[in-house]
Amino acid sequence: MTVETGGVTATFSTREGDGGRPVRMALAAALALAAAGCSGRSIFDSVGPVGRDDSRILIDATLIMLAIVVPTILLAFWMAWRYRASNTKAEYLPYWSYSGRIEAVVWSIPILTIMFIGGVIWIGSYRLDPFRPLSKTPPLEVQVVSLDWKWLFIYPQQGVATVNQLVVPAGRPVHFSITSASVFNTFFVPRLGSMIYAMPGMVSQLHLQADRPATMWGTSAMFSGDGFSDMQFQVRSVADADFAAWAAGARGGGPVLDSAAYAQLAKQSHNVPPISFRAVDPKLFDAVATQKIPPAPGPEPENASHAGREVTPAGRH
Amino acid sequence: MFGKLSWSAIPFDQPIPLITSIILILVIAGTLGLITWKRWWPYLWNEWITSVDHKRIGIMYGLLGVVMLIRGFADAIMMRTQQAVAVGGSQGYLEPEHYNQIFSAHGTIMIFFAAMPLVIGFMNFVVPLQLGVRDVAFPTMNSVSFWLTASGALLVNLSLFIGEFARTGWLPYPPLSEGSYSPGVGVDYYLWAVQISGIGTLMTGINFVTTVLKMRCPGMSYLRMPMFTWTALASSLLIVAVFPILTATLAMLSLDRVFGWHFFTADAGGNPMMFMNLIWAWGHPEVYILVLPAFGIFSEIFSTFSGKPLFGYRSMVAATLFICIVAMMTWLHHFFTMGSGPAVNTAFGISTSVIAVGTGVKIYNWIFTMYGGRVRMTVPMLWSMGFIFTFVIGGMTGVLLAVPPADFLVHNSMFLVAHFHNVIVGGVVFALFAGLDYWFPKAFGFRLHEGWGKASFWFAFVGFWVTFTPLYILGLEGMTRRLQHVNIEEWRPMLQLSVVGVGLLVVGAACQVIMLVVSIVQRDKLRDVSGDPWDGRSLEWATPSPAPFFNFAIMPNVEGEEAYWGIKVKAIESQRLSEEPEYHDIEMPVNSPVGFFTAAFASITGFALIWQIWWLAGLGFAAAIAGFVVFAWRDVHEFHVPAEEVARVERARRASREALLEQIAAAQGATA
Repeated sequence: MTVETGGVTATFSTREGDGGRPVRMALAAALALAAAGCSGRSIFDSVGPVGRDDSRILIDATLIMLAIVVPTILLAFWMAWRYRASNTKAEYLPYWSYSGRIEAVVWSIPILTIMFIGGVIWIGSYRLDPFRPLSKTPPLEVQVVSLDWKWLFIYPQQGVATVNQLVVPAGRPVHFSITSASVFNTFFVPRLGSMIYAMPGMVSQLHLQADRPATMWGTSAMFSGDGFSDMQFQVRSVADADFAAWAAGARGGGPVLDSAAYAQLAKQSHNVPPISFRAVDPKLFDAVATQKIPPAPGPEPENASHAGREVTPAGRH
Repeated sequence: MFGKLSWSAIPFDQPIPLITSIILILVIAGTLGLITWKRWWPYLWNEWITSVDHKRIGIMYGLLGVVMLIRGFADAIMMRTQQAVAVGGSQGYLEPEHYNQIFSAHGTIMIFFAAMPLVIGFMNFVVPLQLGVRDVAFPTMNSVSFWLTASGALLVNLSLFIGEFARTGWLPYPPLSEGSYSPGVGVDYYLWAVQISGIGTLMTGINFVTTVLKMRCPGMSYLRMPMFTWTALASSLLIVAVFPILTATLAMLSLDRVFGWHFFTADAGGNPMMFMNLIWAWGHPEVYILVLPAFGIFSEIFSTFSGKPLFGYRSMVAATLFICIVAMMTWLHHFFTMGSGPAVNTAFGISTSVIAVGTGVKIYNWIFTMYGGRVRMTVPMLWSMGFIFTFVIGGMTGVLLAVPPADFLVHNSMFLVAHFHNVIVGGVVFALFAGLDYWFPKAFGFRLHEGWGKASFWFAFVGFWVTFTPLYILGLEGMTRRLQHVNIEEWRPMLQLSVVGVGLLVVGAACQVIMLVVSIVQRDKLRDVSGDPWDGRSLEWATPSPAPFFNFAIMPNVEGEEAYWGIKVKAIESQRLSEEPEYHDIEMPVNSPVGFFTAAFASITGFALIWQIWWLAGLGFAAAIAGFVVFAWRDVHEFHVPAEEVARVERARRASREALLEQIAAAQGATA
């Protein structure tokens, strides 16, 4: 296979049909079952190609290593049992401490395993590079801004924006441009696949796709302060027509995200319910990413009644 | 006058830290009162606080480590119970501002103030004995190192009732840790506590590199050194290589916070990504600083309790040095999700998995050490077998996290939490308990109670897996770490199961305490008269238990690998000990209070810097430096142990060895 970043159309779709490989499927099933066995929210219940490929690599790498790990553990226990002090039938070799052949084997086993894993790492890192477009189909553009403590999604092509609610069309790639208005966060939708950091003053790229309509959840996967636990958002993938209808509906109502509204939004707040904006300044994302709009404010500084201790920000439920 | 400090710094409005503080203050006051009442101060001052004996310092490191281990474990209990109750709409019993301090304190305490002191404690106690020397290269500096570590631990605990601790995680990533997003003193407590103890650790590294390179007894060539000493050397080399990075990085963050500079800020040309690179350039080697000596402990135990030399000794040395070097080339795997690009991610993914080669070789060598042996399933051996099982699985999940596309799904998740506890608890903590049982008789002259030791192992082993298997599963479910409350109802059962595991761990810890108490009560029955309770192979077992302060009456002369085993076999074959030598006076370093004073003033300086009381910081710093100057004026560095005293101790040792020899001869006669 090629590790070039150009001409990649078929990479993901070709590998969907090979559902065989009973061992891998069994392990995937076991892991998924172990993963609380319900509710279809684990990283193995991928809705899109990226998550499917990520989790397949996870399972493949597990299998490669289990092939070594299980025999090693069994060998350790067998050795301890076979040569237990009370077993006088076992040979006693009090000076035996070197064997070139065994040395060669014990260096080779991990080296070969790691060469194998190294191949998986190499190929996988290129193929699943988050910055790399998934196909030639023009993607839906979504600009993501992490704020304390909510997510802002801007749809430049549709001219709308939402908070804590992400709607994407099924069957079409989505290109996320991700930045942060305050501290580091990680943008992560477990059932769509790869996560990536949201960093102030920088823009990360992420390409994801949902294959079918589904309701999912997304989260910040990096601790970002007191409101972090509620930094989750709804994710819906909907049929193309439904997406157009949703966008039209969003344009039809709700407030406008202008600089005053953004300044209000940028203040720290917890557990924010979804909001939809009917219009948004098209330069807003760039202004945040390049810090033309200065970074969002943090908590109130400590005051006389709490020397040295941070004050809980307002807006907590 | 007092910077940011005022009475409102004390959390009168928060019952948990307040009550904990009051209890702590009562316990400390009670202990001090008891010491005063019993008139133990002169003994404590002369024999412990000012002691420069590497064994005493090792034991004090151990004591500090155990106290902080309990504190860190209490934090862990609060975290696990909070997450189990704060599910689906409930906020639990800990507010975010408190919970966030707890997980930050848990990580900081466990790594810097529990694991490090315990590992360094073992290095202190064991390395000079194994090398056949009487002390480390710089005994007084060793005492300074210990007291600076204790000073850092003091500052962390002080944050409980004056101000607050960091709420940013155990590595305070900017911009969250910068002044604009963390205006309180929490991050400053973290910075100065770690900074002060880090200087102590760096001095320990220098001390042990010098000791191993320059202070070996006659005949102790590099390839005759016991495995634990080799790993202590590798660990010390890593300390010397990477702790300066930590010091510089934390200093830069301090400058950002105090003076508004822009090393790591998100704006004005600062670069928070640089902090992550620098902190992990220290942080990943740090893992190996902890785990390499743990590997050394297991090497000693597998060999001793199999009644055989370590299999593939040279290969083990090579694997250790291999890990030591590659450990410094893997740091980026802590942030594959930063978007560095596939080439960078590939390089670091492969370098990370390459470490597993060195570790894998070690695992196989321990297994083949048992081959053809007579394996005694003692308490240290149980921990070692538990280690192999646990660590191999932890290593496997580690390699999974080193595969970038897999990491894109489980980075920063509960899977990651389970992974690193799997290697640090399974690797380091199991080694510490194994080593405690193994070397305890050498330190205190009696063995630990075996039954309670075994009970404690089984509770800890099962408890570990019951605690962390659910966390692996939750990670695969997409649960991220550091959640103060959990919005997804379906995760409740696994979080509750994890608390059951914590319960088992609590029982295991209780068994350890009972083991200590029972062993002290029955110490006469458990007395180690021979000085060689496990049929050992390295030089520490040539000394009586407990070892005299000068370790060896005469310098041993090493004639092969496994120095003491060679001496022992010769004595058994010839049915007698070596000729009684002529005894001479021994010179030993004199005690010094400089470590205690320096650390006391360093604590004051740290506290003043945290609260920005500049005059006090200057004064404390000047006093700390003055301590060194006064020390440098010292004229007498050593005192003489008269030859008669040496002879008395050595004759007692020879008598016990003769008794042991007769025992062995009788046993051999019985089997023949």
